[in-house]
Amino acid sequence: MTKVTIKVNGKPVTAEVEGRTLLVEFLREKSRNTGTHVGCDTSQCGACVVHVNGNAVKSCTMFAIEADGAEVRTVEGMQNADGSLSALQAAFQEHHGLQCGFCTPGMIMSASDLLKNNPKPTEAEIRHHLEGNICRCTGYHNIVKAIMAASGQDVSNIAAE
Amino acid sequence: MPKDHGIGASQKRREDVRFLTGRGQYTDDINLHGQTYVYFLRSDVAHGKINSIDTSAAEAMEGVVRIFTGADFEGIGGLPCGWQVTDRFGQPMQEPGHPVLARGKVRHVGDPIAAIVAETKEQARDAAEAIVLDIEELPAVVDMKAALAEGAAKVHDELSSNLCYDWGFVEDNKAAVDEAIKNAAHVTTLELVNNRLIANPMEPRVAVGDYNFANDESTLYTTSQNPHVIRLLMGAFVLGIPEHKLRVVAPDVGGGFGTKIFHYAEEAFVTFAARQIKRPVKWTSTRSEAFMSDAHGRDHVTKIELALDADNNFTALRCETYANMGAYLSTFAPSVPTWLHGTLLAGNYRTPLIYTNVKAVFTNTVPVDAYRGAGRPEATFQIERVVDKAARELGVDPIQLRRQNFITQFPYSTPVAVQYDTGDYVATMDKLEEIMDMSGFAARRKESEAKGKWRGLGVNCYIEACGIAPSNLVGQLGARAGLYDAATVRVNATGSISVMVGAHSHGQGHETTFPQVIAEMIGIDESQIDIVHGDSSKIPFGMGTYGSRSLAVCGSAMVRATEKVIRKAKKIAAHLLEASEADIELKNGKFSVAGTDKSVDWAGVTLAAYVPHNYPLEDIEPGLEETAFYDPSNFTYPSGAYACEVEVDPETGKVQILKFAAADDFGNVVNPMIVEGQVHGGIAQGIGQAMLEAAIYDENGQLQSASYMDYAMPRADDVPFYIVDHSCATPCTHNPLGVKGCGEAGAIGSPPAVVNAVIDALASGGKNVGHINMPLTPHRVWKAINS
Repeated sequence: MTKVTIKVNGKPVTAEVEGRTLLVEFLREKSRNTGTHVGCDTSQCGACVVHVNGNAVKSCTMFAIEADGAEVRTVEGMQNADGSLSALQAAFQEHHGLQCGFCTPGMIMSASDLLKNNPKPTEAEIRHHLEGNICRCTGYHNIVKAIMAASGQDVSNIAAE
Repeated sequence: MPKDHGIGASQKRREDVRFLTGRGQYTDDINLHGQTYVYFLRSDVAHGKINSIDTSAAEAMEGVVRIFTGADFEGIGGLPCGWQVTDRFGQPMQEPGHPVLARGKVRHVGDPIAAIVAETKEQARDAAEAIVLDIEELPAVVDMKAALAEGAAKVHDELSSNLCYDWGFVEDNKAAVDEAIKNAAHVTTLELVNNRLIANPMEPRVAVGDYNFANDESTLYTTSQNPHVIRLLMGAFVLGIPEHKLRVVAPDVGGGFGTKIFHYAEEAFVTFAARQIKRPVKWTSTRSEAFMSDAHGRDHVTKIELALDADNNFTALRCETYANMGAYLSTFAPSVPTWLHGTLLAGNYRTPLIYTNVKAVFTNTVPVDAYRGAGRPEATFQIERVVDKAARELGVDPIQLRRQNFITQFPYSTPVAVQYDTGDYVATMDKLEEIMDMSGFAARRKESEAKGKWRGLGVNCYIEACGIAPSNLVGQLGARAGLYDAATVRVNATGSISVMVGAHSHGQGHETTFPQVIAEMIGIDESQIDIVHGDSSKIPFGMGTYGSRSLAVCGSAMVRATEKVIRKAKKIAAHLLEASEADIELKNGKFSVAGTDKSVDWAGVTLAAYVPHNYPLEDIEPGLEETAFYDPSNFTYPSGAYACEVEVDPETGKVQILKFAAADDFGNVVNPMIVEGQVHGGIAQGIGQAMLEAAIYDENGQLQSASYMDYAMPRADDVPFYIVDHSCATPCTHNPLGVKGCGEAGAIGSPPAVVNAVIDALASGGKNVGHINMPLTPHRVWKAINS
């Protein structure tokens, strides 16, 4: 067992972990941030995407010990300082970009990473960026629409194009 | 101006806030004090005799609490099947046992053999590796027709063969259908496969069992679409725990699509084991386990013949289907290829004579059961492919051929035992032609040709049967349960309302839509109303959510309960206003005496009900809470027309979906935003079936597509924006809301549209192909082009 300290949404969390403990297990079981989800075991689904030192990472592909000393941001840390939904979160609600909610944390983390690097992505760029995030409920229509809206683009004609 | 309140308003979902901020409470987020973890050691062969299981070394390992095998379930029931089909000869289907842990034999890859309970999940997994299994591999049956051949290995030794049932419907029509086909001016024949799918909700299944030995009460937290059904099946048939000692909770559930309807071995195991070791037991499925333990869907092999007269009117339809049951009968498996499939074979058309024969077959594969649409996608795919093929053979326009044969008079009694109450198939087809801009297709095809691509347009219609009912009918058809639903409307003293509903929301947004209905009825704000669901200890009863039934069945129960509440509230209001009950009107949350300015508001009445100082105690009881059970008199029949436009690259066979439109008739709609979202998701799953998805077994019964690396599901760049419309509404005539259900339509209506489009594209390139089996991978399309 190894002691690691990871700053999760600004708060340091210290725990003893096995060498094989994944970052996602650390987040869910040690820091009790259960918003980060596990939907597969082959790093395909993207439900576990978090930001590690500012970069989007599938937290099932990283060991907790690799993240020792890192700053990790999860979906629980995505609201505005006053607790209100961020513009991206609000756009997902406004445009019905989620149904069961299970893939949603990964979608939010992945989409915010996209918007950081590409503030006005095209539809094709969004669809390409979400290649590593699977949603089984929405058919992606409203997720893509929400991300476009969150980036300030007019989406009013999308449904009836 | 669109409504922002009540029925018809696209209200934003209240459940979203918790999901968007990571505060959802899914089953895997539940951790109980003193919890242990179970790991299931599963069969890695499809068929084998268990000679011995040596757990001694594993039991000695650190952290291991106890290891269970099939022997520990001596005297415990197996997993029950909830539907008994009677075959063509009046005999009940063959119904093998389904042990919680394998006994004697393993029958599919993934069949659980031993369960290791340990302090941590890592210790449980490590100990599993120390179990020594002696399993003698037996020949596996995978292909359905081979499984029925003389001398085939038997999945269940105690059965006479691998045939579960040989079902005919409508048996009395058979001779007339045969005759009509013999005498037809034209017969179109098609052999097709409805590919085996895996539902793959993004949340893998989880079960946590808890036992309180102080009061002998068990609690199961599980990823279920219908917690009361699990309580009934597991309590009564498997573990023998009476309902009042068994609580089943399904909290936030991350998608279901049918595969979380069924009662699974892992649920029974954790509940049983928690009682044995007197500690909570938790199981979290990995995705790899999900592939080999969640019930699969579809997997039909069908031959269909459509007979037409000289004027292209449909005169008869004959189908023969082999339906895979897998190794055991999952909860509702026998009903899917029969009553949920045969009764839909009229589709949208006036075909006077229909006969179908279905042979359900046991194989050494994972059990197959309902998946989004369940039987109805299979029926729709057959009909809409054979109609399209007929149009091509006859050289007539496929839309025109459909229009010519549409049912136009309602109610309409089909030759397959059901009566459609309403519909307007002409209207949805007209709407489809408009929203798809079909008049511009020829120009778009030219544009594609200029790029060296073949463009195709595919159309299809569908009819669905939702809210399966009434209970006395389904009982006659073999259901071992009723199919009503229940709701309790509990009005609190200050006028706020808690509604306990038997439907379960796992993405459908009931927490938002159900309050819209009550808000409309009473005239108060939705924020005063909360839905409680998913906990058998809080809800009167409920059959859960599947078959697009929630609003049509449970919503109707909620309306009935609310009507009772309003009736009682009017009595109270009449007393308070010193008026006759008949003169009391309820509008915008206010009770008033007709023709006067005397009134009392909603909260004034509710307060009086709980503080009955001035109250008609001699006539009515204090309090304001009512329950209703609702058993529908018929199915509901959503319908619609779908279209898909594709571009095929003739060099590679790659298909790109450029445009997809759906014109649906769902009757009345409570929340258009949510309805459209349901259609989007259904279409994506249908496109997935048509283009990408296939559960593939090799000849030894090994599942080849057993992870997201191998089982292709739609990603964001596989699908376009969808054009959806639900304005052609013919309200259901027999439920109080006039609603029909929208959850499965997308998955039912889209696969034939995609395949029809690809066949059309190939024809435009001079390749007349009768059929290509789904999924339409580049390889298959390329082969069809070059064959």
